[in-house]
Amino acid sequence: MSNFFNKFDLTRQDADKIVSETLNNCDDGELYLEESKSESIMLDDNKIKSSNYSSDLGFGFRAISNEVVSYSYSNEISKDSLKNSSENLKSTLKSIKGTYNHEIPKSNKKFYEDINPIEQKTLDSKLEVLNKVNDFLRKKDGSVKQVTASFAGEHKSIEIIRSGGEALTDVRPLIRFNVSVMLEKNGRKETGVYGIGGRQSYDDYLKNDNWKNVCEEAFRIASVNLESKPAPAGEMKVVLGPGWPAILIHEAIGHGLEGDFNRKKTSAFHDLMGEKVASEGVTIVDDGTIDNRRGSLTIDDEGTPTERTVLIENGILKNFMQDRHNARLMNTKSTGSGRRENYRHIVLPRMRNTMMLSGNQTQDEMIKSVNKGIFAVSFGGGQVDITSGKFVFNCTEAYEINYGKIGSPIKGATLIGDGPSILKEVSMVGNDMMLDPGIGTCGKAGQGVPVGVAQPSILIDKMTVGGTKL
Amino acid sequence: MVKDQEFLKSKASYCLDLAKKMGATDASVTVGHSISETVNFRNKSLEASDRSDGLALSIETYLGKKRSSISSSNLLDENIKTLIEKCFETTKITPEDEFNSLPDKNLLAKQISSLNLYDETRFENDKKIKYLKDLEESASSDEQIINTESSFTENKSNFILANSDGFCDGYKTSSFSTSCVTVAKDENSMERDYEFSSKRHLSDIKQATDLGNKAAKQTIRKLSPKKIESEKISLIFDKRISKGMLSAFASAISASSIARGTSFLKDKIDQQVFANSINVIDKPDIIKGMGSQNFDSEGVNSNTLQLIENGILKNYLVDTYNGKKLNLKSNGRSGGTTNLYFEKGNISYEDLMKKNSRSLYITETIGHGSNLVTGDYSVGATGFLVEDGEFKFPVNEITIAGNFKDMFKNIILANDLEFEYSVNSPTMMIEGMTVAGK
Repeated sequence: MSNFFNKFDLTRQDADKIVSETLNNCDDGELYLEESKSESIMLDDNKIKSSNYSSDLGFGFRAISNEVVSYSYSNEISKDSLKNSSENLKSTLKSIKGTYNHEIPKSNKKFYEDINPIEQKTLDSKLEVLNKVNDFLRKKDGSVKQVTASFAGEHKSIEIIRSGGEALTDVRPLIRFNVSVMLEKNGRKETGVYGIGGRQSYDDYLKNDNWKNVCEEAFRIASVNLESKPAPAGEMKVVLGPGWPAILIHEAIGHGLEGDFNRKKTSAFHDLMGEKVASEGVTIVDDGTIDNRRGSLTIDDEGTPTERTVLIENGILKNFMQDRHNARLMNTKSTGSGRRENYRHIVLPRMRNTMMLSGNQTQDEMIKSVNKGIFAVSFGGGQVDITSGKFVFNCTEAYEINYGKIGSPIKGATLIGDGPSILKEVSMVGNDMMLDPGIGTCGKAGQGVPVGVAQPSILIDKMTVGGTKL
Repeated sequence: MVKDQEFLKSKASYCLDLAKKMGATDASVTVGHSISETVNFRNKSLEASDRSDGLALSIETYLGKKRSSISSSNLLDENIKTLIEKCFETTKITPEDEFNSLPDKNLLAKQISSLNLYDETRFENDKKIKYLKDLEESASSDEQIINTESSFTENKSNFILANSDGFCDGYKTSSFSTSCVTVAKDENSMERDYEFSSKRHLSDIKQATDLGNKAAKQTIRKLSPKKIESEKISLIFDKRISKGMLSAFASAISASSIARGTSFLKDKIDQQVFANSINVIDKPDIIKGMGSQNFDSEGVNSNTLQLIENGILKNYLVDTYNGKKLNLKSNGRSGGTTNLYFEKGNISYEDLMKKNSRSLYITETIGHGSNLVTGDYSVGATGFLVEDGEFKFPVNEITIAGNFKDMFKNIILANDLEFEYSVNSPTMMIEGMTVAGK
């Protein structure tokens, strides 16, 4: 746990006093202190291309009254700096008075260990793994023309000080191991990317030579794509594989159920609470409490313990995801979804691990039921227009389905759909729910936060596939 | 106030001295300070204010051909010392890479001319509030507009880049940015669109009322969109989308993608990659330019580069490391392009719109569907069906797809180029792409 005080001339007592005095007449707010250490080590083009270590320290001071949020951050945790911020907040909120809400739920549960993954593995042994990856892949097949492998690790300590001196703390480890491989055969080039990670030490993910499995998977995706044909264009049936393809749920439904867009009535879902928004059998939760997952948090960035929030239950819209600010304005409770990238940013309601739960059909049944369509197994990124509800995501591994059989692989194509109606097109839900490998980062308002997704195989009756073949 | 050159220089030389003392053969350091103030409005009232004050330090240490780097926001001497020690320890055990080195001394920028990138005007938050009030007043004048969100950000930055070969320079920059996002609703649909303006000098920012009106108009015209059939149709890209094609092109000619062999434009120097009417230029010395710079992120002097001349690829974007790999001299593009633009075409916007009896005008794309290894392109899109030069109806939930190799060769540019951003393009037409709809 970091000690944020006495690094400069600020004591805890000074900070408590300034925080209480600033927030006294506000509805909510806190001082957020953060210290993070991170590293990234990358092998590329047969060489260790970069080894970077960074340390970041700062505070963000927030005051909220009525609908107005005032925010100020600095790298200097000093008396002057905090006082300046306080003056800045007060000048914005000078004419708006509030009543501070001291209530914040408590929990003793922790969803990850207090470890520093960067220090737990020596640089030498990290370099050794990266070199092994490079040798392994280049020896594996003559078509391998480029290999990139990287470690990224982070150790983040936070402390939240609320008016009245209440302090909440969390220590968050996070790692990611990634391999990308480019193959060239008969003049064609294709890449395959795979990664793993979460909130444990590197070796928890790499034991039993697991790096080899990561290499094999990246190589397999690239090999499949070398054989790919142009993708079809137009509306058709789409079978999604389990696990990572759940970024469809994240884009199509997740963002539209974040509290801020619904309070502002700019989400296509804002007037659909209690309504049927998905086929029967579709249940979606956003869960911050799964041990060691990339999207899990012991407490959110406002100090609220996270929870498992049911968003859609058997097709019916049940809950939005809330931070304290939007919850207060919408007369409900925070769901522990208040998150920020770091102390430079304001808190927004965000997803954690977004999951569609298993049904009882098999992937085989889904494929057999499709005459003409595609089977999408792996994806790159996605994006959504919250207001129109239209969302896209890019296939990185997909196949044609012809008369109930999986056919040739197809080139990366964008799939586009309509968020509020897509889940009504889900006609089969598989029994094979799987978590993603721990690689997701979600972007919103310029802030990236680690997230997870999960889903079983699903069959969507109608979606537009953005290929080139008419 | 943003920290002055003297403060940043003293930190930079403290770092260089320390690195040398520990035994580094070379070192390079960047120290920067940036202050930003933002005011956010929603539905004609204040929603948020945000002040940020950030220091940033990054150091690279070399031991012969070994290199590693650190970065930090904590500029206390004691912390810097710990970090440089750690950095140098890491350097020692990092394998050698023959291409690692500081830039060639004779390529470093020598004379710094003023590009007028700093406007010291303070635009107090009260004035930002007044500007946003006017903006949202005009943005919400039509009753179909149900939500407006806008913001104004003022930024002042300063930096020093120094290396152990004696380079030590930096300068202040400023930016003023404002944006407006509006949501419109009718009985069939809800749509969102935006308009923004970003300038080095406050006096060049668009009028609040113009910005608000434009955002509202662009949003309302999108209401009640239709999905069209899948077909091959000629596409017209609005300026805000056509400039994205330039950004994709720039990524594909970065020396790093070329050296790694992961670009569809590898080995295409002196070959035709665009239609022969196309010229692409990267010009770092535009006065008040949003992308202007005196030198790149390594201190290397940057001159105007003709990237595409009559459709032929003439230059890559070269930094020191990848340049050495490719046996090319750095052309001052570590950190990418500066002010990048297509030279204007010779057909008017009106004539471009009428060139085909039926075309699709694209105003927005979503998704990350550019594959720079293969050149494959597939993104979600929103726009308008154009018949005989007129917008007929809005279109959404479609995708557009093709391959950059073919798309670049089929580009026709209008003559309506303006220098608004750091990447600028006229309105663009590409024939023969696939639209996937119903």
